[in-house]
Amino acid sequence: MTHADQPDQGQEPELLRTADGLLLQTALNRVSRRAKIKAFLLVLPLLAFILVSFVAPIGQMLLRSVNNDQFYSNMPELTLWFADKEFGVEPDEMAFTALAADLTFAAKERTAGSVGTRVNYDLPGSRSLFTSAARKAKGLNPPFKDAFIKINKDWVDPELWAAMHAASATYTSSFYLAAVDRKRDTDGSIIQVDENRRIYVQLFWRTLWLSGLIAVLCLLLGFPVAHLLATLPMRKASLLMILVLLPFWTSLLVRTTAWMVILQGQGVFNNILVSLGIVADDNRFELMYNQTGSIVAMTHILLPFMILPLYSVMRTIPPSYARAARSLGATSWTTFRRIYLPQTIPGIGAGGLLVFILAVGYYITPALVGGASGQLISNQIAFHMQDSLNWSMASALAAILLAAVLVLYWLYDRLIGIDNMKLG
Amino acid sequence: MKDTGQNTAFVEFKSVQKSYDGVSLVVKDLNLAIKKGEFLTMLGPSGSGKTTCLMMLAGFETATNGEILLDGRPINQVPPHKRGIGMVFQNYALFPHMTVGENLAFPLEVRGMGKSEREEKINRALDMVQMGDFSHRRPAQLSGGQQQRIALARALVFDPAVVLMDEPLGALDKQLREHMQYEIKHLHNSLGISVVYVTHDQGEALTMSDRIAVFDDGRIQQLASPQELYERPQNSFVAGFIGENNRIMGTLVSVKGDHARVKLQTGEVITAAAVNVTTPGQQTMVSVRPERATILTNGDQDDLQTLDAEVIEVVYMGDLFRTVLKVAGNENFVVKTRNTTGQNLLTPGQKVKIGWVASDARALDP
Repeated sequence: MTHADQPDQGQEPELLRTADGLLLQTALNRVSRRAKIKAFLLVLPLLAFILVSFVAPIGQMLLRSVNNDQFYSNMPELTLWFADKEFGVEPDEMAFTALAADLTFAAKERTAGSVGTRVNYDLPGSRSLFTSAARKAKGLNPPFKDAFIKINKDWVDPELWAAMHAASATYTSSFYLAAVDRKRDTDGSIIQVDENRRIYVQLFWRTLWLSGLIAVLCLLLGFPVAHLLATLPMRKASLLMILVLLPFWTSLLVRTTAWMVILQGQGVFNNILVSLGIVADDNRFELMYNQTGSIVAMTHILLPFMILPLYSVMRTIPPSYARAARSLGATSWTTFRRIYLPQTIPGIGAGGLLVFILAVGYYITPALVGGASGQLISNQIAFHMQDSLNWSMASALAAILLAAVLVLYWLYDRLIGIDNMKLG
Repeated sequence: MKDTGQNTAFVEFKSVQKSYDGVSLVVKDLNLAIKKGEFLTMLGPSGSGKTTCLMMLAGFETATNGEILLDGRPINQVPPHKRGIGMVFQNYALFPHMTVGENLAFPLEVRGMGKSEREEKINRALDMVQMGDFSHRRPAQLSGGQQQRIALARALVFDPAVVLMDEPLGALDKQLREHMQYEIKHLHNSLGISVVYVTHDQGEALTMSDRIAVFDDGRIQQLASPQELYERPQNSFVAGFIGENNRIMGTLVSVKGDHARVKLQTGEVITAAAVNVTTPGQQTMVSVRPERATILTNGDQDDLQTLDAEVIEVVYMGDLFRTVLKVAGNENFVVKTRNTTGQNLLTPGQKVKIGWVASDARALDP
């Protein structure tokens, strides 16, 4: 019940109408809808482009990290047998019959290699089992178990059957397990892989640690430069800005190669030290093809990404704050620590996050100058994309990396707040 | 001015010169003594060197030549944080990442003061500027006037003997600015501190100061009390800068004691107070304040110096009438008259006479 004379008793207020009787809300929506549609149409091309070129491929790659069709689509009978079995069940004659049927089929379709490759991911060295068995599958006679043992006694290896069982699932976690140096034991429990095969976890930690180190180095080197840029008179500042941006405009490959020229054993840096007598000729520093090379080159390349956000924040801090602090009795160090530094945190956060995330995904530079100890996880991803052609593994590694970065981003948001970030 | 004896000077500039580029001097031979507890204003147009003087006193600029003494001690080599001088900046410079309380605690913390003593001083300072409840706010949550008060409290909280203010009211609107002028003046009176105040607003300078140093071209043009400055400007710059002024150009005929005879461009010879004119025949500017001239609608008056005038424009300003007249060739001679009952309104084109007491006209160098 609504009474015009009782407006304050909890009833809904009378809805406002326009002069021609339309509801005000409706009229407003009608007007703003047009503007919204216009705005949407303007961004539509970009949206379509991003969907096609970015979201769809990435989604497809991520799907690959759990999708597992190589085995089940080529080995339907065995997949059927695995379907209602538990892990670690000993294969019976039925299983071998199914295996023989599948391999005969695979031999005809020439897919045995692909199946073997898939099982080989989990159990290295098993690919040849499949290719050789497939060649002989047509001539096999029951009992199949004995026939297979005759071909190779590895066919009754429980590890092989565990690997095949794992590979038969439509969706698998085995790539993710492998990406963190784990695998399924014959009974299905998750165990670490052999010590000499553990590489990824160590590589992930190294990637995070080196990226963090590079971000810190960039901050230490970039902070004074950014401060200088922000405080110098305009003409000198623009000259300095060009010096900062010049490497930015140079090809990444050129800059990396330049570091190779400088840092290698017979390079500029070592030659100078030797000619000055600081280092013996047979005792040159090893600055290239190891972590040092990666750190030096990446720090240099990523430095502008630290300087620019810092500069844009520092430029907005008026010098009167520092003067006020000094006049209030603070030494220059206290002024820096308590007044200037806290106000540059949005820039430090933005620059640090930017450098860190870029470094985490860096690939060309560590590949060229990193050697063995300077490789990062992205080099392994590239390896699986280009050499081993295990795209599922590459996707799993990339997905873990993406997740790690998102977690760090979330942490940053919680600690500093994303609103505080200033990217210039 | 010589009347500030050496022994009473608290802040003293001795032959201070300052150059930024090594080519031109921004401050030329500054000598200034500020007494303890004095409110001294440096007034001048922008670029006159007043802010540079303040910055040299605060320690953010070093004097190229000469000496600055604080309480008899040379401070040229003392870094800003050891000078113990409070400062209020034009844009307040309240630290944005700290609350009001933390802002006020800062000067006390860096002096190693204990927490309880700090609290007490902060509360006292906040009460002083009537901002007692704002301790936990951030500067961004305060209005301009409130930020101004906090900046003032912060400059005072560590009990400095001298407080410098660099156009502190420049960013406030007119009404708030006038209000704050009185508040600052009252604080100064009750605390007994010395204040050096920089402004380009002459009204502000006249209201607040004990003495005003008028700066132009790197020099102090006149250093005097507000009244002295307004009533007896020493040269044409001061006369023109402080308050409104009518200028009548002429040549000096003779000087006798305090009186000068000046022949105007239109031929009349008038008497005026001789200020800095000496040589007969020299170009002279006679300056008359708009409120000291009277419009005579019915004939001469013997005790006044009178001239013929023609009304050009009458502007109604509420409490005042501002009448623009043509007098002795000057078409912009302004006379201000109070808006009294039964006033005869003048009309443009009307021929009148204006007059003033001879000593209210001052003969200055042009």
